[in-house]
Amino acid sequence: MPEPLLQAVDLRRSFGTVHAVDGVSFTLPEGGSLGIVGGSGSGKTTTARIVVGLEHADAGEVRVRGRARPSRARGREQRLARAREVQMVFQDPYLSLDPRTGVDQVLRETLRLHFPDRDPEPRIRELLDQVGLGTRAADALPRQLSGGQRQRVAIARALAVEPAVLVLDEAVAALDVSVQAQILNLLADIREQTPIGYLFITHDLGVVRCVTDEVIVMRHGSVVEAGATAEVLAAPQHPYTRLLLDSVPHPGWNPDRIAAARQELTSPLAQPTQHTGGRSEPT
Amino acid sequence: MSTVLTRRPGLAKLRVRSGRSPLHLVCLGLVASVVLAALLAPWIAPHDPNAVDLGAALAGPSAEHPFGVDAAGRDTLSRLLLGARTSLLGPLGVVAFSTLAGVAIGTAAAWRGGWLDSLLSRATELVFAFPGMLLAVLVISVYGEGLLAPVVALGLAYLPYVSRLTRSLVLAERARPYVSAYRVQGHSALQICLRHILPNIAPVVLAQSTINFGYALMDLAGLSFLGLGVPPLTPDWGRMVFDGQTAVQHGYPLSAILPCLFVVLTVVAFNVVGERWADRVARRDR
Amino acid sequence: MTRGPMTRPPRPASANGSTASANGSTGSTTTLDVRGLRVTLPGTARPVLDGIDLTVGSGETVALVGESGSGKTLTSRSALGLLPPGATTEGTVLVEGHDVLAMDADRLRALRTDTVAMIFQDPRAALNPLRRIGDFLTESVCSARTGDRAMGRSAATARAVELLDAVGLDDSALKKYPSQVSGGMLQRVMIAAALMGDPALLLADEPTTALDVTTQAEVIALLARLRERFGTGLLFVTHDLDLAAAISDRVYVMYAGRIVETGPAETLFARPRHPYTAALLASTPRLTTPGGRLAAIPGQPPDLRTPVTGCAFAARCPLATEVCDEHAPAPLQVSEGPVHLAACHHSDRLVGEGSAVDA
Repeated sequence: MPEPLLQAVDLRRSFGTVHAVDGVSFTLPEGGSLGIVGGSGSGKTTTARIVVGLEHADAGEVRVRGRARPSRARGREQRLARAREVQMVFQDPYLSLDPRTGVDQVLRETLRLHFPDRDPEPRIRELLDQVGLGTRAADALPRQLSGGQRQRVAIARALAVEPAVLVLDEAVAALDVSVQAQILNLLADIREQTPIGYLFITHDLGVVRCVTDEVIVMRHGSVVEAGATAEVLAAPQHPYTRLLLDSVPHPGWNPDRIAAARQELTSPLAQPTQHTGGRSEPT
Repeated sequence: MSTVLTRRPGLAKLRVRSGRSPLHLVCLGLVASVVLAALLAPWIAPHDPNAVDLGAALAGPSAEHPFGVDAAGRDTLSRLLLGARTSLLGPLGVVAFSTLAGVAIGTAAAWRGGWLDSLLSRATELVFAFPGMLLAVLVISVYGEGLLAPVVALGLAYLPYVSRLTRSLVLAERARPYVSAYRVQGHSALQICLRHILPNIAPVVLAQSTINFGYALMDLAGLSFLGLGVPPLTPDWGRMVFDGQTAVQHGYPLSAILPCLFVVLTVVAFNVVGERWADRVARRDR
Repeated sequence: MTRGPMTRPPRPASANGSTASANGSTGSTTTLDVRGLRVTLPGTARPVLDGIDLTVGSGETVALVGESGSGKTLTSRSALGLLPPGATTEGTVLVEGHDVLAMDADRLRALRTDTVAMIFQDPRAALNPLRRIGDFLTESVCSARTGDRAMGRSAATARAVELLDAVGLDDSALKKYPSQVSGGMLQRVMIAAALMGDPALLLADEPTTALDVTTQAEVIALLARLRERFGTGLLFVTHDLDLAAAISDRVYVMYAGRIVETGPAETLFARPRHPYTAALLASTPRLTTPGGRLAAIPGQPPDLRTPVTGCAFAARCPLATEVCDEHAPAPLQVSEGPVHLAACHHSDRLVGEGSAVDA
């Protein structure tokens, strides 16, 4: 049996007394797409940063194709090898690009670093083409681009490294609906063309449904539910997952009932493992 | 950006806010002409600044000596022009030293954090606690006269202002996702600092350095006036005020007042230009 | 309280949409009445707002939906007289019958403290972190009002306690600093602060976007409850169509500084008659939509540097023809019954299915 593409084993990380990530494990198969869903403070972003290496774990391990990722890179070779394992697309396209570096320069820097023997120019054109940016955008500075275009640049920059895993931390949350759909489609296309695996961090269940095969639901640093995306969304087992699903505005939406459900869940009496089926009485 | 440049209160009143202010243009012109005068001094000075003509001592303005002659019979205009060289060269050294060292220390402290940050921050605070002029007087008394000793001493005294500013700027810049992005991409810390962080914070640091230039000029002129620093015969504005003070008592104030005026005008001009630059940078960042 | 969804109280004035034409004839009161508002900024090629007509009745919830740069925030801020420097305006913004754009500084100040209140997207950014919540709540009514309208400190504190109770917080919050409470609680404080002056109109600019998903419902429920209790008109600015549909009586959809479609919430989302509304609905990833590709809208909205001739959406519209590039469509009633306007030359072609644009 082949090793999974990405495996997180019992990750833990505390900030002071807060257990931001508390025993999180998951597996991302080759070419798969895994969503991490949760509210703010659920530890999903910290998990992502541990996987990428921007944050270290107090305990636990991240493995890429069976090989443990060192917590700190020593020397140039290891640094570059680490970068080729996991790349990341950040939430805010307005802050994730250096305001002084032009689009083609961003890509050239990365290509020169990772593939010093190759001529970067054809690859730059290829990457821009892949993310749907014309050559006209190549000379532009970030401030001359719209939010969606910047996010395309950020995706191209991550793809330039040819990573095994792409971590997308709320990568479409800051975008307008119409642009968000373009980027989600782009991500679907890239997955079809390359064997890349996605780790998709989001609070938006609609987005999860759109781009992931499997999903884990996090709350207070731990995984409360995991499974195939379609199944989890169709038949949530954990009350928190149900609360998240109910929180999405829809016709006949009753915010009062959701507020009450949330109160119930956050009260100390709540039993996280208990399956309460017919909890839909109006307040 | 939340960082505020260091400004001395007295000069803050001269801050220029409006878009195209005449004061700013006048000051920019003043800075340009002082720098030009310093560069071209040997060619445009009408007399040898050290040529003594005792017969004409303390003479008023005339066609031959437009700004008059000092007590030792030297042409004031020529001394002012050549004095611009030492008067500008000193602050330039101070600013260059404090900026380069301050940026290096501030960046290292902010990027590495931890013990290095504590060590460097404590060290700069130690220098902070020591009055710059006093430090300069001390260094001169140990190493004797010459331009180098006061420049190094003042450079040290100005360093904490720059390093503290740089440290906070780098800390803010480092928290931005684009820096994380470069780290994830496998770029080394040095590359990220040199290629991305420093160019982004440079305008703010350079604006501070321009302001520091004015202060350094004032401090060095003060040292020269006290008879410290530049050797006696060198033409220097501060030294000229010192040389001219006895003449003031005899009713011939011109040779002391003119260099005073030049110091004041140049300091104000550099400050206005620097403040305005800082304001422009602050506006652009918003 | 035994009604069904609390967000849709039976309210005759809003249920039949008559507030849209409530210029005195129907008897219902109009809190905010924007007529032909046109705002031009220096150095731009097209007006930021171009002929906005919008009304909010008292006790009515109206959603203003649009993407970033559509002018929705600017429209809502115009009710406070908050316009960018250098802006030139045409048209009128009537709050309780008084034109905001013609007010002097004193009248504007009175308007902002007494009549119109605003809730911002990020409560943490809108609060001074060094002041206690109690000071923040009582500040505006104690200091900003003058003469007999000024409230004593004890009266103001009593009202603050009452309102904190109304938003579900007890008076221990008065002594706390903003950093000591969560974002959701802070947004409740902001809502309480907005109600301190007993406003006739509440502007909520993406009040839940910065909050946790599960907190959103709580804040929405609270707003609905308070609107009912205090009879406040609510203009809810959001980019989230589904949220707008779920909470509001009427919806305005904005694109590039113009209102492209307006109507009752259910109708507008079930049977959109402007291709932009339809395309937005189709491109939103939902729990119910099947997997695979989304129906994305190609291109991007025109920026302020590009002049717009004809319909602003024409370049991205699957239905666009020559006429769209030449003539800006006027908003026209598109169906029987309640007011449902769409500014599109081809809105007839959208009669069929709801959210899918068949091109």
